[in-house]
Amino acid sequence: MASLKELSKKQDLLSPGHRLCAGCGVSIVVRQVMLATENPTVVACATGCLEVATTIFPYTAWRVPFIHNAFENAAATISGVEAMYNALVKKGKIPKDKRIDFIAFGGDGGTYDIGLQSLSGALERGHRFLYVCYNNEAYMNTGIQRSSATPYGAHTTTGPAGDVSFGKKQDRKDLTQIVAAHKIPYAAQASPSHWNDLVTKVKKALNCGGPSFINVIANCNRGWRNDTGKAVEVCRVAVQTCYWPLYEIENGKLKINVKPKEKKPIEEWLKYQGRFSHLKRPENRHVIDEIQQIIDRDWERLLTLEKAHQSQ
Amino acid sequence: MAKRESMTGNQVVAECMRQINPDVVAAYPITPSTEVMQIFAQSVADGLVDTELVTVESEHSAMSACIGASAAGGRVMTATSACGLALMWELLPVASALRLPIVMTVVNRALSAPINIHCDHSDSMGCRDAGWIQLYSENAQEAYHNIIQAAKICNREGVWLPVMVCVDGFIISHSIESVEMLEDDEVQRFVGEFKPRKPLLDVDNPVTYGALDLQDYYMEHKKQVDDAIQSSKSEILKVAEEFKKEFGYEYGLIDSYMMEDAEVAIVALNSTAGTSKYVVNMLRQEGIKAGVLKIRVFRPFPADEIREALKNVKAVAVLDRSSSYGTAGPLFLDIRSAMYEADSKPFITNYIYGLGGRDIGIDELRSIYEGLISSIKEGKPARTYNWIGVREKV
Repeated sequence: MASLKELSKKQDLLSPGHRLCAGCGVSIVVRQVMLATENPTVVACATGCLEVATTIFPYTAWRVPFIHNAFENAAATISGVEAMYNALVKKGKIPKDKRIDFIAFGGDGGTYDIGLQSLSGALERGHRFLYVCYNNEAYMNTGIQRSSATPYGAHTTTGPAGDVSFGKKQDRKDLTQIVAAHKIPYAAQASPSHWNDLVTKVKKALNCGGPSFINVIANCNRGWRNDTGKAVEVCRVAVQTCYWPLYEIENGKLKINVKPKEKKPIEEWLKYQGRFSHLKRPENRHVIDEIQQIIDRDWERLLTLEKAHQSQ
Repeated sequence: MAKRESMTGNQVVAECMRQINPDVVAAYPITPSTEVMQIFAQSVADGLVDTELVTVESEHSAMSACIGASAAGGRVMTATSACGLALMWELLPVASALRLPIVMTVVNRALSAPINIHCDHSDSMGCRDAGWIQLYSENAQEAYHNIIQAAKICNREGVWLPVMVCVDGFIISHSIESVEMLEDDEVQRFVGEFKPRKPLLDVDNPVTYGALDLQDYYMEHKKQVDDAIQSSKSEILKVAEEFKKEFGYEYGLIDSYMMEDAEVAIVALNSTAGTSKYVVNMLRQEGIKAGVLKIRVFRPFPADEIREALKNVKAVAVLDRSSSYGTAGPLFLDIRSAMYEADSKPFITNYIYGLGGRDIGIDELRSIYEGLISSIKEGKPARTYNWIGVREKV
């Protein structure tokens, strides 16, 4: 467990001066992830807000070696970097004790959708790297298009709410469980609102000896239509409503890290965000009920899974 | 000392990779290049190389991993064909613009649809504008020599570009040929130790690869790729000169066969150049002044050299094993464009041939030469754009 005092003394590896929006959750997530690193780290990044806003030539906000290749291949790219590290260690060109860590960052578009194949392949091959999905639940910098991480009932530009539509008709994909099904040593969900939990998870992930994955909720105030000052608050409410449970699967065993004493109703989560404002219309009331049912169902399933895993 | 061995083209490519011993190879094998990776994987399994072999889940990830590995700072190679190359397409300009010296053997094969596993050049021609140096190989021997030279050309100062070595699928990849193989240490010495430039793994000196360029820089960076590939001509020739000095084999950007006094000529890539030379030998015995111009280096395009080689020829047929549908063959388009600046212009015709592995025989090549002779006699060019070896109705 890291203390805030210790972390505050470390240099930010994502420097100030990047061009991410004010109130963006992603920069907070990336800073927390990078603060948790203990060894020199090479970062690969999928195309997306993070890459676009942090590497506008001739500037870069990255104080670590960084590579962006394309939208869908951050996992494959970092697996090439890791393979070269192994090759050069084997050939004695990098000393055996010179440990370097590898992290890939991708948004939900580059991870849940177009990059899923490349992620799956890299996990199956067992490269030693951490994949962090910064999940803002749509393809934000391409114009707030729906992704398979977009929740039921949300408004996006390609799944808009309108006179005869309440927004997205489908539930989110459960990527964390899909990833865990690769039987990798470590997979987790995290939130920037619970920094200690997030930092601890990154440390565990980087030290698990193989592929690891952390799915981090990260608000996008442009897409979510939340106040720019509420980035961390909105993510916290996601946890408190059990919309975004914080849990980890370590060597196959699932553990829920934060169990709200009192599960807040889903309206608490919806009210922060303009992307759900159409649900206030009477004809859409059923959608709020359905979202609550989905959340309850998923939370119950998670509790059941935890119980089953812990009793093994 | 070199030794002569009987091998298929794919065996030669795999053997060459074993001799080079790259740091990382990432691949998702596809017919007809599959055998390259099968044989190479066995070399890895037997400990004959200490390469990290990354057996990815797609060609897209193969090129992605090659890019990551190359940027990390080491020697990287791969091989593919056809649809596999097409799936890599998005990343080919990434590799060239990031100036990553990846060497890839492309065992040429037709693109779908209709699906077809046999030879044509639609795949490598489809990515001719990706900023990769492209070398073409007449036979397995040349493929071997081209790969060795490519491993040296790619990371020469002023180049730092990926290189594609093209080899005809099945015709070369699966045919057994007598090939003179160099000793392992000769190959190693020639390609030299790989010295990375700004590697990602130099963690004390962090660099950013693949930044975002806006309108204020993008063109400059693309111009740098163009400058590099244009000026790579001299480095390709220097490496060829070193290769000749070391091993006695001579290579240029183009290869002129019986062109000194030729009146009619065929221009071709890869194995068809070899068959055309055979036909020229026949025609020469009949007193016909025929020649063959083989293009070894297609990118950068050796326009000046081609213009010089064709300056005294009266009629030329450019053979394309692919078409840029809706216009003509890609080799033809470049050659006719190069000839625009020639003082005296030969008649130039284009033949699309051999798609999907259809044979081009001696009789057909002969008929092309005869067509050229007729056009000279008639004093007017033959039809510009032709398909040869195609039934009118099926």
